[in-house]
Amino acid sequence: MQTTFPKLLLQHAAERPDAAAMREKEYGIWQTLSWSALAAMVEALACGLHQAGLRRNEHMVVVGANRPRLYATMLAAQSLGAVPIPLYQDAAAAECVFPINNADVRFAFAEDQEQVDKLLEIRERCPQLEHIYFDDPRGLRKYDAIGLASIDELLAAGKAFAALHDGFARAEIAQGQPGDEAAMFFTSGTTGNPKGVVHTHNSLLNRAQAGARFDGLTHAEEVLAYMPPAWIGQNIFSYAQWLACGYVVNCPESAATVNIDLKEIGPTYYFAPPRVFEGLLTSVMIRMEDASAIKRKIFHACMAVAQRVGPARMNGQPVGLVDRLLYRLGDWIVYGPLRNNLGMSRVRVAYTAGEAIGPDLFTFYRSIGVNLKQLYGSTETAVFVCLQPDSEARADTVGVPIEGVEIKVADNGEILVRSPGLLKAYYKDPEATAEVLSADGWYRTSDAGFLDAQGHLKIIDRVKDVGRIAGGANDGAMFAPKYVENKLKFFPFIKEVVAYGDGRDRVCVMVNIDVEAVGNWAERRNLPYAGYTDLAQKPEVYQLIQDCVEKVNADLSRDQLLAGSQVSRFLVLHKELDADDGELTRTNKVRRGFIAEKYQPLVEALYAGKTAQYIETAVKFEDGRSGQVSATLKISDAKTFVPVKAAA
Amino acid sequence: MTAKKIGDVILDVRNISLSFGGVQALTDISFDVREHEVRAIIGPNGAGKSSMLNCINGVYTPQQGTISFKGQTFSHMDSHQVASMGIARTFQNLALFKGMSVIDNLMTGRNLRIRSNLLLQALRIGPAEREEIRHREFVEHIIDFLEIQAHRKTAVGQLPYGLQKRVDLGRALAMEPQVLLLDEPMAGMNLEEKQDMSRFVLDINDEFGTTVVLIEHDMGVVMDISDRVVVLDYGKKIGDGTPEEVRNNPAVISAYLGTTH
Repeated sequence: MQTTFPKLLLQHAAERPDAAAMREKEYGIWQTLSWSALAAMVEALACGLHQAGLRRNEHMVVVGANRPRLYATMLAAQSLGAVPIPLYQDAAAAECVFPINNADVRFAFAEDQEQVDKLLEIRERCPQLEHIYFDDPRGLRKYDAIGLASIDELLAAGKAFAALHDGFARAEIAQGQPGDEAAMFFTSGTTGNPKGVVHTHNSLLNRAQAGARFDGLTHAEEVLAYMPPAWIGQNIFSYAQWLACGYVVNCPESAATVNIDLKEIGPTYYFAPPRVFEGLLTSVMIRMEDASAIKRKIFHACMAVAQRVGPARMNGQPVGLVDRLLYRLGDWIVYGPLRNNLGMSRVRVAYTAGEAIGPDLFTFYRSIGVNLKQLYGSTETAVFVCLQPDSEARADTVGVPIEGVEIKVADNGEILVRSPGLLKAYYKDPEATAEVLSADGWYRTSDAGFLDAQGHLKIIDRVKDVGRIAGGANDGAMFAPKYVENKLKFFPFIKEVVAYGDGRDRVCVMVNIDVEAVGNWAERRNLPYAGYTDLAQKPEVYQLIQDCVEKVNADLSRDQLLAGSQVSRFLVLHKELDADDGELTRTNKVRRGFIAEKYQPLVEALYAGKTAQYIETAVKFEDGRSGQVSATLKISDAKTFVPVKAAA
Repeated sequence: MTAKKIGDVILDVRNISLSFGGVQALTDISFDVREHEVRAIIGPNGAGKSSMLNCINGVYTPQQGTISFKGQTFSHMDSHQVASMGIARTFQNLALFKGMSVIDNLMTGRNLRIRSNLLLQALRIGPAEREEIRHREFVEHIIDFLEIQAHRKTAVGQLPYGLQKRVDLGRALAMEPQVLLLDEPMAGMNLEEKQDMSRFVLDINDEFGTTVVLIEHDMGVVMDISDRVVVLDYGKKIGDGTPEEVRNNPAVISAYLGTTH
């Protein structure tokens, strides 16, 4: 089916005018927006934007959380043949300058005062930015910047225009072609300026539909949209697939109410990065620890059954009668209520992607009957490359190539993908495009991995990050930093890890503790602490982290490829790695090179064998001010293990 | 910031003196509050700031002096009457029902405006239910305004202190007051919470046109958000004017920083 987003909107509005398209919780009540009301809003906005001067092939920035009017604005821009660029709503003002100037953006949609402030702040550097429309007028009453107007004014102007020009918006929509550019996503980019990934209506919709067919999605699905719309994952799940299938997208009341809203909505199709699943599980476990002894006993007994029986049951393997009955009982007293508490009672399909997921975490959800699966994809591939079939979900692979996708592995171990969902190009950057996209249509993912015997894709690390140990006992051994980092991050106490080892004689890591989990752990042990820095440097915490590191080492020693990647020294950082300080990307991936430079004294101290090191770091606060934190960090050794040959 | 429209005097305090036995808490205090302004009362500990608020909303009865509100002059204010005239306040040490949810606490702020009688309310009969829905809707706007959606159904006692302060403010706002008396709204808060609270105070003043009288210790906050400031010391008024005037007032400097006598 070749079509465009606005055409799909009109189709839904014609076929099911009164069905819900979106819901938004406002003043404590879920307010429904029907397909016909949405279409009317989009047509009015398109007229308004046209009148204000937005033209075909021009770009328009939208920045804010998932809100009906943000989605409507994207659709309105697409109706006119313009290309929406969603930006991360938590990006600092300076980070918005490049995308806006790179695409000569004149029009912007901002959710609220915070976003308007940001755009006004950078306006001097982006003189072409003429029009800024805001959704929530709170606090903006006194603003008199030129070109700043509320979306209500735009709607009114659009309606007036439409009254004079009957059928204008529909005629514009009819002109749109599937091969037209539909949206541009700026990738966070670990180095240099972000790159604009250009997608056409066809590339996004083709993948959206392929994914929907794979899981049998219908218009009856309910989705909660709470990740940034600038992330292609959110965009595919709550925009592309929303229009492809015609299901309902629900917008949470605020970022803080997501868990409550999740329970109220009970989505049937759910998508979240691993850290969200981890956060949910951690909050359950913490509350469980506070429950009475009897409840704890019942919980743990039932979970033991679930872990033994659940995954097999989910994978459709035969389960003995006794186990079936035990599981049924467990489902009645624990798993069912737990799923309900997590807001996952109705989940039919749940996906996680973006990062590797810990095997324990993955198994936990599947064992309580949540059909959690993994997928593989990126901004450049419009997400859907590999998906796990319902009965073949595993923690260490990312699924099988779905319809339309071809995969091959290059000589250097890099995974190459050919699919109808590939990017059209990087915006204004033919060199970068040529680098990743070959003439015969293969896209270089820059991920190292392989297809296993069952045809499942397994990812090891980024190709450029896979290194070699040089010198020392493990000279020449393969070093996959991400692999090591992930193994450590699977422990609930560890939030982030940065591993070094390429070109060095051994592997050393810097660890960020998870302040919630470790804080709770400390409270249970009556361990007083004054704050993050103090907690991080407690000898007890060091011992705790050391145990984690050594468990990982023991595990790695059984891995033939990566036994040399065992961690010999570590330290716990005194501050949380933060995207505002440039240490993480906006999608929360560690920027290893940048961190190595910023914390150079620490890295040197790790390798010099010191037992403590003083460090001063600049930090940026959320309101843009900056300050200094300093601390003397302890450095500990960890036990490594002799590689064991896996039993044949 | 563009100038907002500050109106006529709405609250006028004349020659108030208050003593507890031999302790003279307030001596001959006079100042006025104009409609739509943010008026701060500052002073060192024990200067008589809270006593002043307590006189205004009728908790204390001053021995001398009068208080005029919207043209009516009183020698002593009655708490219930004060509330129904449109003066609401928050308390330094919070006055919330800790075991009740945020919504229920805010609903208590609507109490004066509920017309249906106890029996109808208990039975949730027709008009009582409709009325409750209307009040509940108003409370929802306050929840939205104060950004406490995530805590609607949480018992107030379980909330962190900064949020309890916000609920206390919300309860006062639920009365739709013309004048809001805030007793140290930022006491015990960290920098971020103070910034949030300052923003709420300014937004209340700006969006609802509510006149705000606040007591505050944090001079930075006071100077940033107030239109005019009264300075008390040992129960006496030692300064009155714009933040700039007060900052340069020698008596104020000496009260805060101390001078050689």
